[in-house]
Amino acid sequence: MQLIADNLACARGARTILGGLSFTLAAGEALVLVGPNGAGKTTLIRTIAGFLPLAGGSLRLDGGDADRAIGQQSHYIGHLNAVKAGLTVRENAGFWAEFFGSADAGVAEVLRRVGLAALADIPAAYLSAGQKRRLGLARLLLARRPLWLLDEPTVSLDADGQRLLADVTNEHLASGGLVLAATHVPLGLASARELRLGPPVAA
Amino acid sequence: MTPLLALVKRDLKLALREGGALGTALGFYLVVVAILPLGLGPDLNLLSRIAPGVLWVALLLAALLSAARIFENDQEDGTLEVLALGELPLELIAAGKSIAHWLSTGIPLALLSPVLGLLLNLEPSAYGVLVATMLAGTPAISFLGAVGAALTLRSRRGGLLLSLLVLPLYVPTLVFGVSAISAASGPPGSFGPPFAILLAISLASLVLAPLAAAAALRLQVQ
Repeated sequence: MQLIADNLACARGARTILGGLSFTLAAGEALVLVGPNGAGKTTLIRTIAGFLPLAGGSLRLDGGDADRAIGQQSHYIGHLNAVKAGLTVRENAGFWAEFFGSADAGVAEVLRRVGLAALADIPAAYLSAGQKRRLGLARLLLARRPLWLLDEPTVSLDADGQRLLADVTNEHLASGGLVLAATHVPLGLASARELRLGPPVAA
Repeated sequence: MTPLLALVKRDLKLALREGGALGTALGFYLVVVAILPLGLGPDLNLLSRIAPGVLWVALLLAALLSAARIFENDQEDGTLEVLALGELPLELIAAGKSIAHWLSTGIPLALLSPVLGLLLNLEPSAYGVLVATMLAGTPAISFLGAVGAALTLRSRRGGLLLSLLVLPLYVPTLVFGVSAISAASGPPGSFGPPFAILLAISLASLVLAPLAAAAALRLQVQ
């Protein structure tokens, strides 16, 4: 499986943020986006997820399911955790497992993996920022999807949480997954290429 | 089908647990209907004549109040973006959330109506018809409200814009809802046509409104 971007351009409204971007991401590879604030890391990730329309160029996932959009074969971890304060930790994870059509039996195992097993029955409203982040990251493990789009995934994670993120990401890569991550801190990935995005383009 | 069911179940659970939206809608409905006779004076004939119209208008406004928030919570905590990446098309997501809104707000409002009819001296024979028309008409209110909610999702203080956009769409439901109630006390057979049109409006919005809401959501997740 390969994610191929050819001469990609991304825009927010009428303003072009990125242009002429070409890269190939093969199975088992991670591409780390680095660059100053405003360089367009989030814009690129949101364009690949399909939230923003392509401003130019082409983007395709070779070897993927041709009937589904790239976004539907991706996990997207954005700045927000998609955690419902009114549901318990277990209900939050259970909903995403059901929504993504995977077996409910895995929920307990995933919660144990992200270190929230002991908190499974408390409302997510009582979680700390780092614990909410772990619950958000649990989505990555609840359903298998080949492409992971991670936008600053380490935000509010402690050292242990960052190690956990590195472990699950490396396992995903080892099983032939693709990872595209925007970050300011090293993620601790076994094999990662870097894609440096330039400073913001003047309007 | 399972993702859709999971979404509806989750929304109902949240509506029951957080209670705020339903409480606001029911409270608003009660307050408007309770305060109106105080302003109009103790003319029981007048009250019973205007009761169906007053109940319908108050129900529309109460439902609109809560419909404004159909997508808001999901947008604020990032859930909407993740929902958009699921197997379920956005059209069905909008439909599922509208159904959950109808089940958690539309039906309770319709069931509260006979109690409020009492305050307005509604004729006892009209109670059954009142609830029937409201159950038939409230799906349109939830589904059309979802279109407005999706359009005004990211505009701060979008409430006014929402009512300007959505209330005109509610007019057919209001007109045929009230005329069905008054037709029920007329000659036999006159209840059927307005009630059938009311059902038709609900069914049409059930099909068309999710398409419009999904188109608006696609712009909102940019």
